[in-house]
Order: sequence, then structure tokens, then C-alpha cells
Amino acid sequence: MSTTSQTDSKRLFPLHDHFQRPEQQVDASKLGMWLFLATEILLFGGLFVSYAVYHQLHPELFKAAHHFLDVRLGAFNTVVLLFSSLTVVLAIHGAQQGKREMVLWNLFLTIAAAATFLVVKYFEYKHKFHMGLLPGYYFTNGILISPDESHIFFGIYFLMTGLHGIHVVIGMIVLSWLFYRTYRNEFGPQYYSPLEIGGLYWHLVDIIWIFLFPLLYLIR
Amino acid sequence: MSSNTNYINAKTGFASWALTIDHKRIGLMYLVSIMTFFLVAGVFALLLRTELLTPANTIMDAKRYNQLFTLHGAIMVFLVIIPGIPASLGNFMLPLMLGAKDVAFPRINLLSYYIYLFGAILALSSLWVGAIDTGWTFYTPYSTTTDGGVVLMVTAAFVLGFSGIFTGLNFIVTTHKLRAPGMTWFRMPLFIWGIYATAVIQIMATPVLAITLLLLIIERTVGIGIFDPVLGGDPVLFQHFFWFYSHPAVYIMILPGMAVVSEIVTVFSQKRIFGYKQIAFSSIAIAVLSFLVWGHHMFVSGQSELVGMIFSVLTFLVAIPSGIKIFNWLATMYKGSISLKTPMLWALGFIFLFTIGGITGIFLGTLSVDVHLHDTYFVVAHFHYVMVGGTFMAFMGGLFYWWPKITGKMYSEFWGAASTLMVVIGFNLTFFVQFIMGSQGMPRRYYSYLDQFQIYHQISTVGSYILGLGFVMAIWTLLRALKTGKPATKNPWHAATLEWTHTEVMPIEHNFHEQPTVNEGPYEYH
Ligand SMILES: [Cu+2]
Repeated sequence: MSTTSQTDSKRLFPLHDHFQRPEQQVDASKLGMWLFLATEILLFGGLFVSYAVYHQLHPELFKAAHHFLDVRLGAFNTVVLLFSSLTVVLAIHGAQQGKREMVLWNLFLTIAAAATFLVVKYFEYKHKFHMGLLPGYYFTNGILISPDESHIFFGIYFLMTGLHGIHVVIGMIVLSWLFYRTYRNEFGPQYYSPLEIGGLYWHLVDIIWIFLFPLLYLIR
Repeated sequence: MSSNTNYINAKTGFASWALTIDHKRIGLMYLVSIMTFFLVAGVFALLLRTELLTPANTIMDAKRYNQLFTLHGAIMVFLVIIPGIPASLGNFMLPLMLGAKDVAFPRINLLSYYIYLFGAILALSSLWVGAIDTGWTFYTPYSTTTDGGVVLMVTAAFVLGFSGIFTGLNFIVTTHKLRAPGMTWFRMPLFIWGIYATAVIQIMATPVLAITLLLLIIERTVGIGIFDPVLGGDPVLFQHFFWFYSHPAVYIMILPGMAVVSEIVTVFSQKRIFGYKQIAFSSIAIAVLSFLVWGHHMFVSGQSELVGMIFSVLTFLVAIPSGIKIFNWLATMYKGSISLKTPMLWALGFIFLFTIGGITGIFLGTLSVDVHLHDTYFVVAHFHYVMVGGTFMAFMGGLFYWWPKITGKMYSEFWGAASTLMVVIGFNLTFFVQFIMGSQGMPRRYYSYLDQFQIYHQISTVGSYILGLGFVMAIWTLLRALKTGKPATKNPWHAATLEWTHTEVMPIEHNFHEQPTVNEGPYEYH
């Protein structure tokens, strides 16, 4: 009798046995994620500093080079990511209310938005590859001003968007895993912290892009 | 029956270790790996010292010499001292001292061990591609142009960084969320405060190293032009990035040492620690200041004089919290009932050698003096006094202190004390003369030297053999205890922290039979 009720509560909230209480486990995993997000921001911080240094050294170059980026595609992707942040929040909301269908649909929309972002990015990259606007040794387009250093802008562009792109891919994997666990009926109003933690990570991916877009596409 | 089970004999077989999520077993796996790399890099050091017996080619040529000192530095820094105390002793003791069953994320803990192993394999595999000769600092543009497996070694350091980040993250969350009932922040042992401050630095500095090394890899493979002046880059930017991590990393290395010494000094004086809060907050102060002083590595790299002056002043400030700790340890011993057991001898050695290391750091942080001493053996001596005389002395002290808890066996006091003495004598012979030759202008990392320096180099080399022997003796003493040591009791040192008072001789798999509760500070000796 007591074993059934134990497995029942275990199903509602899978408490690891080194924790005393459910809130303790939820708090710990949230704090862990926040700390991890801090390290991510510091990781990108190095790239933002490089950007600031070289933008200050070669302002004209950055201004001239950024015209080769397509503002419309960048803006479209910004909207796509903002939309995906909304759907992630709605997925968590659905879990809190025990609406499994709502969780599944919103996770699906988030993953679809991430995929859309990557497809647009693919076409942007393809265009630059085609024009020889590549970092370092592979830079072959000499029509920009001061061609000696203009490869640096594209180096920074590819580094920043590339590292961000990798984070989008990781985010898609995390979201798919959450989708699978929702599908298996693991979450409910008692237990949905993995969704919150995955959501936090996805918001970070979104926020970094919010900074990248004006820095790279809207230089004045 | 139940009193005989412990974390070692609870499960057996290879998988019970390889897939364990028990923080104690993971700590032991780290310990064995770290000690192995310590011995390897130690042998490299002895080969280097042997080469320096004469200014000519003694046992190797200049190229091989450059590769060996790079390997010695890179392995010691990234594989031994940075993970060192936190990953091994910290992993083992932190949950025990907090009264927790495990760290907050046991599986991430295991993952970070495998990331460490993977990084180690990458680092060693760079030997097959061609050993690198850049020094452990990987300064550009040399590191982007020299041959050898630079990319592999830099990738290794990159990977190892993530291992440290995950360990640090685990420790911070564990300290915040898994303290036993009644264990307030100011009832935590000072070891925890030190490890916590270390973890904060690891989390905040290591990502910057990661991106720096990533940029270096891409600079070398794609020529992105961030660091290489030929491509329009700025090599000084690399130095800023590198030292923004690597100065805090120095405190990642020393703070755990201070943490261990804080435990040993009070236990072996059987007296409540003097100035608990000062010691605790000085760890945090060191962690904060560590981020504001990186420019003292670049006084002669062409940064502005004003910036140099600011960095110099900020560097002096670090001496304050460090001094607070030293004086508090001394005040703790004052009128205590001191027993000179082996752990205490290592701790006293630490205080003696670290003080020299710390004060010479002030010399180097002084702008005008540094212009003369920069890149000389004075610098080499200074950081060896801090890293070996400081961190490694404390590491050995901590191992002897906790050995009865980890293994259930007592080591031989005679051989323990003898090895401590050997290390202290050998260490001072090796490195004190390096202060002298450094101040006379002997540059670091040189394969050859003027005849006037030969006597110093020879003294240093003889000292290094004694030092090496001392460490081998110490490790041998610990290992021999496994076979011939007397069985330990639950609390042989009469300590008052949970890992001694509330566990079996060797802790059981889940650490405590029942959840301990805490109602007084960690150093109340009754
Ligand atoms: Cu420094």
C-alpha cells in the first residue's frame, strides 16, 4: 500500500535522493542554470570586447563592411526568435496548468522557429561564401575599403553568429528532448522544472541575438 | 555488519567506479589522475634542472628544452594545480563537511571528470603531432606561427576549462542549497569558504579563457586577424584576454591551499580559529580583487603608464586579505595546544613559504622594480614559492590530514615528518637562489646562461633532486599506509567538523546514517 503511494509521488515529482525536499531540488537546478547562463554571457563577452576594440580601431571599415549584411533577413530572424521566446513561455504556462497538448504545440512551434532561423542564416552565409566575404586567409573580395583589414569584420561576424548558431542547435536538441519527455507524460503541475530550465537557456540564446543584430546589421 | 560497509566496499567492479556518481569516488579518481600528472610534470622539471647544470648542451638541445618547459608548465597549471585541491579533496570533503549526501549535480560531477580526462588525452596527444614550445602562456604571435601541436594543446586547455566550470558550478549550488539543517553560512568550515570563493572565480574567469583560446585556435587556422599583427591584429589584446583569466587563475590555485591550512591550523592547535569572519571574507575579497589586477603582467608590454600605475596599486591591495589570513593563523596558534603532526608541519611550511612568495609578489607588482625583474628567474622563484611552497604544501598537508578519513588507515608519522622536512629544505635550495640570480638579471626560459650564474644553477639543481625525493617520499608514505598503516579511528585529530564527527571511520556510500543537524560553529573543541 505505502509503496504504491511512494511510486505515485515519485511519478508526480522525481526527487533525487540526495535532496530533502522538492523545492530544494528545483531551486538547486535553477541556480545551476543561472550560473551556467552567467558563464555563457562571459564567453560571448570576449567576442563583444573584440568587436568593441576593432570597431573603435576601424570605424569606417565596419560601417562599409556591414552594408554587405542583409538588414531585412536579420530583422526577420529577430522577430522569429522573439516569437520563439513567447512560445517557450506558453509551453511552461501549459505545463503549470496541466495542459499537455498546449505544451507539445508550443514546444513544436519553438523548435520550428529555431529551424527557420537556421535556414535563413544558411542563405545569408551562402551569399557571403559566394562573394568571398570570409574571415582571414579565405577573404577574397577586394572591393571594400582598406581591404587589408576588412576581413576582420567578417571574421568577427562569422565568429559571433557562428557561436550563436551553435547555441541555437544545442537549444533545438534541448527542446526536442523536452518535447519527448512531455510526450511521455513526465511533466505536470507538480513537476515542470526541466521546462523552466530549458526555457531559461532558450531565452539566453534569444537575448544574445538581440545584441548581435544591431551590433552587426545596424552600424551607423 | 553495517558498520563495516563504506564507500569503497559498498560496490565492486570496474563499472562501479567508471560510472559512479558518488562524490567520494569521483574525488579519488581525480586524486589519482592529478597525482599521476604531477609526477610526470615533476620528472620534466628534474630533466630541465639537469640540463641547466651547465650552460652548454648537458642532456638535450635548446629546442627540446623549450618543449619540456612548456609541457612542465602546461601540465602543472592546467592538469595539476588548477583542478588540484578542489576537484580531489574538495569533491570528497565538501558534501561531508556540509552534511549533505552528495554534490547538487552528481552526474555533472562525473561528466566533469571525463571532460578532464578527455582534455588530458588531448594535451598528451599534442606530443605526437609535435611538442609545443610557446610556454604555457601561448603568447601570440609566436603561438600562431611556430610549428608543433599548438592547436591540440590549446584545445586541451579549452576543454579542461569546462571541467573546471562544471566543478565550480556544482560546488556553488551545493553550498547554497545542500547545507545541513542549522548549518548557517557562518557555521560552515573555512575550507568551504575557500572552495566557494575558488568556485566563483572558476565560473567567472574560465569562460573568458575559453573564448580567448577559441580565438587563438581560429587565428592559427583561419588567420582571423584578431591577435596577429601581420593580419592587422593586436598581440597585446591577447595578453589582456589571457591574463584576465590567468591572474584570477592564480587565486584558483592558492585559495584552496589557504582553505586547507585554515582547517589544519585550528585542529592541530585545538583552539577555535581566530577571526573566523575575517578569514571567510578575505577569501571573498581575494576573489573580487583577483579580477582587477591582470595588467601587472603587462607593465612592459606597452600599456599606458597611468593604467600601469592603477594596476600596481590594485595589486598591492591583494596583500591585505592575504596578510589577514596569515596573522589570523598565527593568532590561532598563539596559546593553543599545538601538536606538530605531519599535516601541521605541512601547514607551517605553507605559512613560511607562502609568506616569502607573497612578499616577493609585492616586489613584482611595484612598477619600477618590475621593469628590472620582469621575465627573470625572480618571477620563476616567486610563483614557485606561491604554487609549490603554497598550494602544493597545503595539498600534501590536506592529504595527510584527511588520509585517515579517505582510506581508514594511519600513515607513519616519522616518514611523514621526514618527507615534509626534505621538501622544505629541497624547495628552498631550489628556488631561493633563483631570487638571487633573477635579481642579477638571469632571464627565465633560457637554455643557456653566463658563467657567473652557474653556481646558482647548480645549487638549484641539487635542491630540485632533494625536493623531488621529498615528494616521492611523501606519496610513498601515504601509499604504504594502505598496506601497513594502523587502522584509523573515527576522529583521530579531535576535529569538530562534520566529516570527522558524524561519519564512520570511512564514510558510508550516502555519507551519514541519518541527516546531521548543526547547532554550533565548526571549531568548538570541548
Ligand atoms: Cu597576476
